[in-house]
Amino acid sequence: MEGVFQLQKQLVDYTASLFKEGFLDDQFNQLQQLQDESNPNFVVEVVSLFFQDSERLLNELTRALEQRSVDFKRVDAQIHQLKGSSSSIGAQRVQRVCIAFRNFCDEQKIEGCITCLEQVKQEYSLLKNKLETLFKVQMKRGEKRRRE
Amino acid sequence: MDNGDLPHVLAVDDNLIDRKLVERLLKSSSCKVTTAENGLRALEYLGLGGDEQNTMDGTTTSKVNLIITDYCMPEMTGYELLKKIKESQIMKEVPVVIMSSENVPTRINQCLEEGALMFMLKPLKQSDVKKLRCDLMKCRS
Repeated sequence: MEGVFQLQKQLVDYTASLFKEGFLDDQFNQLQQLQDESNPNFVVEVVSLFFQDSERLLNELTRALEQRSVDFKRVDAQIHQLKGSSSSIGAQRVQRVCIAFRNFCDEQKIEGCITCLEQVKQEYSLLKNKLETLFKVQMKRGEKRRRE
Repeated sequence: MDNGDLPHVLAVDDNLIDRKLVERLLKSSSCKVTTAENGLRALEYLGLGGDEQNTMDGTTTSKVNLIITDYCMPEMTGYELLKKIKESQIMKEVPVVIMSSENVPTRINQCLEEGALMFMLKPLKQSDVKKLRCDLMKCRS
């Protein structure tokens, strides 16, 4: 049965690996620093908004790229949103694919756009998985602390 | 709780996540915050929406000490919002800060020339906001 100490170590190691593998960058630290006793769930709240917003954007991008005549202006606006919010939460890998995506969009290269869309979906999915795991371990640690 | 002495900031951004982040950043730097999702809503809040004679039943609009706005917004950009604020009699003295994720010198100069207090690069960090807070205090005194 894991004690608080083991959970804490797990948390530290796991978080470190997310940074090391480039999933997260320093901006995520900024989010954590903004969390305190009066805003104890800030990180989860912002990240949850990010998940919701990103899923909406990814759906819209999928539909937009399926059109016979692609509205690249609209696609660009949507990538801009996704790039912005991923940057704001420190989602480095997602942000990077958005940059490449935007370049293909500027050049109106549909194939490149479709490839990037797939990549963004993959990176987003990976990140979501990892952050949900992180939050789960944090919750477990929190529960353990309260019981001990 | 008396918020009378805290600077009141109007934060304008079309991105939901960025709005939440800027709000928290400003609150953690002891500011009262109102957010708006676009330029039109911001102007309405400032009492500059369309018919200026039509202020809501004579009540004074909430005093705003600083406006911080994103540059890239659909329909009305941060630059366009800045211009409207600087053109208005009642709001032109209020400092306006422009934020952008893109570091474009011509854009930055354009905003500064139009009277923006400063330009900040996104994503915003606590150190950026703390510095802004200091500058704002100097403006007020």
